[in-house]
Amino acid sequence: MLLRHTTNKPVERHALTVNPAKTCQPIGAMYAALGIHGCLPHSHGSQGCCSYHRSTLTRHYKEPVMAATSSFTEGSSVFGGQANLVTAINNMFTIYEPDIIAVHSTCLSETIGDDLQQIVKKAKDDGKIPEGKHVIYAPTPSFVGSHVTGYANMVAAMADQFAESTGEKLDQINIVAGWMEPADMREIKRLSKSLGVTIRLFPDTSDVLDAPQTGKHVFYPKGGVTAEELKSTGDSKSTIALGCFSGEPGGIALDKKCKVPSKTEDIPVGLQATDRFLMALSKAAGVRIPEEISDERGRLVDLMTDMEQYFDGKRVALFGDPDDLIPLTEFLVDLNMKPVHIVSGTPGKRFEQRMREILKDSVPDANIKNGPQADMLLLHQWIKKEPVDLLIGNTYGKYIARDEDLPFVRYGFPIVDRVGHSYFPSVGYMGGLRLAEKILNVLMDRQDRDAPEESFELVM
Amino acid sequence: MESRKYPEPSVVREELIKKYPPKVAKKRGKAIVINDPETIPPVQANIRTIPGIISQRGCSYAGCKGVVLGPTRDIVNLVHGPIGCSFYAWLTRRNQTRPDGPDDKNYMTYCFSTDMQEEHVVFGGEKKLKEAIQEAYDIFRPKAIGIFSTCPVGLIGDDVHAVAREMKEKLGDCNIFGFSCEGYKGVSQSAGHHIANNQVFKHVVGLDDTDKGGKFKINMLGEYNIGGDAFEIERLLEKCGITMVASFSGNSTVNQFENSHTADLNVIMCHRSINYMAEMMETKYGIPWMKVNFIGAESSAKSLRRIARYFEDEELMAKVEQVIAEELPVVQSVINEIYPRTKGKLAMLFVGGSRAHHYQELFGELGMETISAGYEFGHRDDYEGRKVIPNIKVDADSKNIEELKVTADPEKFKPRKTEEELEKLKAEGLDIREYEGMMPDMKKGSIVIDDISHYESEKLIELYKPDIFCAGIKEKYVVQKMGVPLKQLHSYDYGGPYAGFKGAINFYRDIDRMVNSRVWKLIQAPWEETTELEANYVTQ
Repeated sequence: MLLRHTTNKPVERHALTVNPAKTCQPIGAMYAALGIHGCLPHSHGSQGCCSYHRSTLTRHYKEPVMAATSSFTEGSSVFGGQANLVTAINNMFTIYEPDIIAVHSTCLSETIGDDLQQIVKKAKDDGKIPEGKHVIYAPTPSFVGSHVTGYANMVAAMADQFAESTGEKLDQINIVAGWMEPADMREIKRLSKSLGVTIRLFPDTSDVLDAPQTGKHVFYPKGGVTAEELKSTGDSKSTIALGCFSGEPGGIALDKKCKVPSKTEDIPVGLQATDRFLMALSKAAGVRIPEEISDERGRLVDLMTDMEQYFDGKRVALFGDPDDLIPLTEFLVDLNMKPVHIVSGTPGKRFEQRMREILKDSVPDANIKNGPQADMLLLHQWIKKEPVDLLIGNTYGKYIARDEDLPFVRYGFPIVDRVGHSYFPSVGYMGGLRLAEKILNVLMDRQDRDAPEESFELVM
Repeated sequence: MESRKYPEPSVVREELIKKYPPKVAKKRGKAIVINDPETIPPVQANIRTIPGIISQRGCSYAGCKGVVLGPTRDIVNLVHGPIGCSFYAWLTRRNQTRPDGPDDKNYMTYCFSTDMQEEHVVFGGEKKLKEAIQEAYDIFRPKAIGIFSTCPVGLIGDDVHAVAREMKEKLGDCNIFGFSCEGYKGVSQSAGHHIANNQVFKHVVGLDDTDKGGKFKINMLGEYNIGGDAFEIERLLEKCGITMVASFSGNSTVNQFENSHTADLNVIMCHRSINYMAEMMETKYGIPWMKVNFIGAESSAKSLRRIARYFEDEELMAKVEQVIAEELPVVQSVINEIYPRTKGKLAMLFVGGSRAHHYQELFGELGMETISAGYEFGHRDDYEGRKVIPNIKVDADSKNIEELKVTADPEKFKPRKTEEELEKLKAEGLDIREYEGMMPDMKKGSIVIDDISHYESEKLIELYKPDIFCAGIKEKYVVQKMGVPLKQLHSYDYGGPYAGFKGAINFYRDIDRMVNSRVWKLIQAPWEETTELEANYVTQ
C-alpha cells in the first residue's frame, strides 16, 4: 500500500498538516502574471521559491515557465532585499527585455518587512525602469491563505496598477478569469465572441502556456492580456469576476479604482454555472444568447439524460480549490451524483456556505472541510470510513485511488501525470461534456472490469 | 559524416556575456571557462547567483530535505514553515524505495507540514511545532522525526533544535533532530547537503553497533535511487559478494545510517552532496573513502574493480571480473547496434553537482561528444579536483554553514587500513580520498559553465546546435521549443535506471530514441515548406 499508515480513524489534529490540499501564495501570483503579455514574473525571496514554482507549473503545463528571483542570501535576509530587487529589475530589463515585470513577495521578504511599493518606487527613481515599461507588484505572504489567494492578489494588482478611467465608457465587458486553465480562458473568449460581446479577459494564459511547437522558443509568447488592454478595463461598462476566491478581488479592485461595477459569478463549470455566466454576460452587454450556444447546451443536457443511469447515486470524494469545487459539485448534483466528502486547504467561510447550499437536498450530511487540517489525510480517512465510487482531484489523488482501488478523474491543480487539461476546456457546455465524458469513462471502465462474464455488456 | 565546425570558444564566451550589464558580465565571465585538461583553469563556483538572472538553482532546504533526507523511507520529515516548501518537495524527486514488507514503515508518500500562519510568524511557531511533532508521533509512530526549517523560521528565531531535544526526551522512543536549512542559507542546494550531512552524522550515525555480517562491507554515499539506480547498483554489488551496509540515502532506512559505521569502506557517487559525511566518518571511525562512478558501463566495471582492489582479496577480484565478463557483452551488443546512429552527435550537460560529469561517460560510449558542461551547485573541487580545496576562498555565504569539529571516537575508531597500507594502495593507482573533477575528462576547448543562466543556455544552443541538451524540468520545454531534445538528468524523464550495466543500456536506448525521433522533423507544417520551384509555379 502506498499510503500504508492511513487508517479509517480520523484523529483530532490542530497543528499538523498531512498531504495538503493547497500550496502557497506565490505560485498563484506567478501563474497569474504569466497571463500578461510580455511579462516576466519575479519572485522576491530565496531562489528556491522561484525554482519550485517554475518546476511545478512546468510539470503541470509541459511548457516553458520563465520567471526570475531576487536570490536572497543570508545577508539580504538580515539587511533587507531592496538592493537585490533593484539589481534584479535592472538585470531583467537589460537581459530579458520584458514589457512588464510582475513582482510577488514570499514568506521570507514578508517576514523581514520588505515594502514592494517602496522598492519599486526606488527602482523607478533610480532610472532602472525604462520608459514605457512597467513593474507591478503584489504582496503574497505564503503564511496567509493559499495559492488561490496569491493568484487573486496578483490579479487584483493588475487591475489596480494598470486600469485607468478616462471618463469615456467603452462598449466592452471585463471578465476576470479566476484560476483556470489556458483552454478555459480560450473557451471564455470563444463563448463571448459567439455572443458578440467585446470582452477584456484578464489574466489570459491561453497562447502562453499552450504555445505551439515551432522550433523556436519565443520568450514572451503571443498570448496574454496587454498593458493597453489592462489599462482600458477602467473604461469598461462592467465586470464579471469568475470565482469568488480567485476572481472576485480583481473585480473589486476595478470597482474601487475606476468605479466599474463588478458582479461575481462561479467559474462556469457544468450546466448551471455556465447558464448563469452566459446570462450575466448577455445582460451586462445587452445581447441575446445565440442559437448555437443553446444548441451546445442542448447537447450537454442530452448526454446527461442519455447516460443518467450511470451517474445516478454514485458517491464522490473531491479535493481541490474552492472556485473549481463549488461549480463542479453543483454539476455532480445535477448528474444525480452524491458528493459526500469534500476538502480544500484554502480557507474562507464562503466555501462551506456555498457547498451546504448546493448539497442541502441531495447530501445534507456531506463531510465538508476547508482551511487548516483540511487535507488529503482527512479525506482519505473519510473515504476509508465511508467508501466512495469516484475520486476527483489533482494528481496527488492517484495514491488514494490506487490504495482504495477507486475510479479517479484528474481535475484541478496540479496535474503532472496526464495531459489534456491545458488543451481541452472544463468550462462552458463543451467543458461540461468533457467532464461528463471523463467521469463516465472511468465509471464505465470500472463496470466493464468488474462485471461477471455473463453480464459483460456490449451496449451501454 | 562530415565533421562539424564549431565556433571559436573565445568567441562563444564573449557572445554569452555580451548582453549583460558590465557588472554582471564581469561576474559571469569568471564562471565561463574554456577548458584545458592539461592546465585546468580555475572556475568560479559556489558563488551567489546574481538577482534577476534566471538560474537553475534551488535553495538550501531543497538540498537538505529534498535531496539528502528525502529518500529515507522510515523517517517523518516534518517541514516547519508555510505550506509551500513541503508541498513542492512532495514526491517530486523520484527517489524509489522498496519497503521490506507490508508492515515496514514508509512515509515517503506523505507530506508533513506545520503549515505556519501569520500568527506564528508574529508570535513564534515553536508551540505549534511541538504540537505537530506530538500529533505526528501519535498517528504515525515513527522511530525518527526530522524537522526542516524554512525561511521564516530562522528569521523569527524559532529554535527547532531545542524543540527537537525537548520532544525527543518527552517521547522517549523517537529520535528527533532539526535542520537549520532555511532557503536563504548558502547560495544553492549545496549548503543544504552539508547541513543534512552534519545533522545525520551528529544524531544518527553510530547509534547501532550490531555487526550484520558480510565479508566486504561498504556504504554507498551520494546515490539517491532516482529511477531505481541504487537497485541496479545493489544488484551488482550483491552479485559480486559485496555487502551494502547503508545507502546515503537512496532506498535507505534510519537504521542503515545508525549502523553505517560498521562498514569498512565508503564509496561516493555524488561527491558534491556527501563528501562531508565520508570525511567525518573517516575521522571518527577510521573508514576510508573512495570516489566511484556507476554511470557508464566502463565506469561501472572500473568502480567494481576498484572496490575489489581496496579489499585486496583475490577471490573478490576474480568474482568481480566474472560479473563484468557476464554483464558487459550484452551492453556492448547494444552499443554496437546504436553507435552508428549516435556517433558524432553533440551533447551539453548542465545539471547537479556530479551528474554533468558522470553522464559524459555514457555519451562517450555512444560516440557522442560533450562540447559544454557545468554544474548547478558544484564547487571548484567538482570541476578542478580536490587538489584545489586548500586554495578555495571561503566567502560570507559559505562561512555561515557549520563545519563540524570531528575527532576520533575513543571507542569506535578503528582504522580499516593503516596509513602505510593506504599509501601502498595509492601508489598502485587506487585513488583513495581523491576526486579529479570534471575538467580533466573534458576536451581542450570545451566550455565549462557554472550555474548557467537561461540566457547563456539559449545562446549556447544557438551557437552549437547540439543534438541533445541535458538539464532539469525548468529547462526541459524551453530547450525543446528550440527543436532540441532535452534529457532530464534529475528525474530521468520518469525513466531509468541509468546506473550500472542494465542502466547504461536503458540510457543508450533513450538517447537513441530522443536524438533520432521522427517528431523533430515534423515541426514545420507542410505548407511552410514550399520550395522555390513550387512558389514559382504558384506565381505563374
